[in-house]
Amino acid sequence: MTTNARNPLSTLKSSLAGACAAVALLIAAGGAKAADLNALIWCDHSDPALLQPFEEANNVKVNVKEFEGTGAGLAIVDQSQPGDWDVMVIDSIDVPRGVEKGLFEPLPEDKLPFADLFPEVKMDKSTIVDGKRYGITEKFGYNTIGFNKTKVDPADMQSLASLTSDKYKGKIAIYDYYLPVIGMAALAIGKKTADLTEADLPALKAELLKMKTNAKLVGEVTASQTALATGEVDILVGGGEWVTAGLAKENPALDFSIPKEGAVLWSQSLAMFKDSKNKDMALKFIEYIMSPEGQARLATSSCYWGMPSNKKAALTDDQKKILRFDEQPGFLARAQAYPAPSADLDKKMQDMWTAMLQAQ
Amino acid sequence: MSVAGDNSRALPWALVTPALAWTLLFFVLPFIAMGLSSLTAHEGGAFTLANYSQFFTDPSYWRAMVNSLEVTAIVTAVSILLAYPFAWILAEMVPERWQRLALMLAVLPFWTSYVVRSYSWLLVLAQNGVINRALTDIGLIGEPLQLANTRFATVTGFVHFFVMLLTLTIFANLKQLSPSYRKAAADLGAGPVRIFLHVVLPLTLPGIMVGAFLTFVLCIGDYITPQILGGNNELVMPQLVMMQIGRRGDFPLASALSIILMAVVTVAYLACARWLKIERA
Repeated sequence: MTTNARNPLSTLKSSLAGACAAVALLIAAGGAKAADLNALIWCDHSDPALLQPFEEANNVKVNVKEFEGTGAGLAIVDQSQPGDWDVMVIDSIDVPRGVEKGLFEPLPEDKLPFADLFPEVKMDKSTIVDGKRYGITEKFGYNTIGFNKTKVDPADMQSLASLTSDKYKGKIAIYDYYLPVIGMAALAIGKKTADLTEADLPALKAELLKMKTNAKLVGEVTASQTALATGEVDILVGGGEWVTAGLAKENPALDFSIPKEGAVLWSQSLAMFKDSKNKDMALKFIEYIMSPEGQARLATSSCYWGMPSNKKAALTDDQKKILRFDEQPGFLARAQAYPAPSADLDKKMQDMWTAMLQAQ
Repeated sequence: MSVAGDNSRALPWALVTPALAWTLLFFVLPFIAMGLSSLTAHEGGAFTLANYSQFFTDPSYWRAMVNSLEVTAIVTAVSILLAYPFAWILAEMVPERWQRLALMLAVLPFWTSYVVRSYSWLLVLAQNGVINRALTDIGLIGEPLQLANTRFATVTGFVHFFVMLLTLTIFANLKQLSPSYRKAAADLGAGPVRIFLHVVLPLTLPGIMVGAFLTFVLCIGDYITPQILGGNNELVMPQLVMMQIGRRGDFPLASALSIILMAVVTVAYLACARWLKIERA
């Protein structure tokens, strides 16, 4: 920190980056009003069906900026002026990264429905820092096995070993996000996702390479979803309700399993910016998203479906059936935490993932 | 006299100032920021060369550059081979009054979104896509071929785009070529093949190389086509750059990789410029 402040190279770099960012912001900000709510979000929050009821009820315009990956999101914040943003959607495990940067405001627990959340997804270890809660889990799901039940034996999908067996060679796609799939590889070799260390990397790499040998492609959200939906592949490693539920009406053959070894639990949180100029409205927005109606709309957003973290979400019976709402207690009991490596281990994991992608 | 002289000097500067300011603001400053960023550590921001050394010491990283160069070379070569005859037909065989319409039809692919075009190719090349179905239905193959999510798919998507670009540059060059060169060669006894190889081809090389260079630059820096059509079964440089940003936000490493990529493009430009003398005096 001190080194950074004294380093002339860093100072010059920061000044130049700041100048560039200021110009970019002037262009991007356009005609945003001070009363607007500015939200850094994932694509599921840009659904008009989710935003319009809030905007109409509060006579406010929600300006959204989508991003993928915490690094990209925090970079947008770095290049913005304090107060530009009011709320942010963030991987629950990454809430501490925002807190370390001094970005987030503690949330008033008494105004949010913490008692109604599935206890397993409160994620206190990451959403509470130094006794203060900075994030509230709004949506969760599983990185597990998504599959077409008319093309594969559903019984095989109860074991992660099927992913590396010859039976499904060339019929598999791998979701291109290293943390959850490394988590699945850990489960396959009998390791706990929360206990992964650098010493586990060789065994994890070997398991990933076995998966890659069987895979036809490694794709990001749209590519892997398309591959499963169009029949290009029959199995998606890392898939789950976020892939299959939204497509259930058009393709009821798509399903997901929680194999005997377990699955990786993903969860996304909402956080409020410390420098928000509109904290009251930001809190109202979080309250709306966490309300039974907001939760149902978020869970069934057009971008991707996922489980609402509020048990009282106003989902229809059909929607609950598609999300397998009633099976959640059993699923959650078998799910393991998203890997949350240190910065150094994170880098090594990403490099291992790069090596896996480049392997022929 | 002096006022007129001042004006004559000031006017060109006034005209060029907006372009200079634009370049300074949106190229030079960001480039300097990127260069400085590439020399800092992701954690702490101290000076380091580690971002560059990672590229040269990690086989997965330099493999991405090898992949980029291989894909770009294949795309450029195939595009030239397809575009030259096409441009020749347009310039020499299509009647003058139809040439404009023919050119417009030739560049139609440019009118569609790059992303949409790539996804369209994915549907054409997929296991249940047009090509596999056709080949299966006529009995040429028993099992679908894996065409999508391969380097072949990436090259196909690129070639579809760049053939049109090269056609335009070669067509323009062919149209500028005076017929008297060919007549003179014929008068001296050269046959059609000899005229093409010794007169037309050398004189249209600038058009080919301008198109080839543009193809090289656009292809080696493209992220979308390999991402959609390549299936991540191998990474090219722009994909490696994007990987550093997504979750970890490692802008220093991403900057170093981008600078290395720009260095390769610069070398390609210098090679083209020297070889064909396309720069203007």
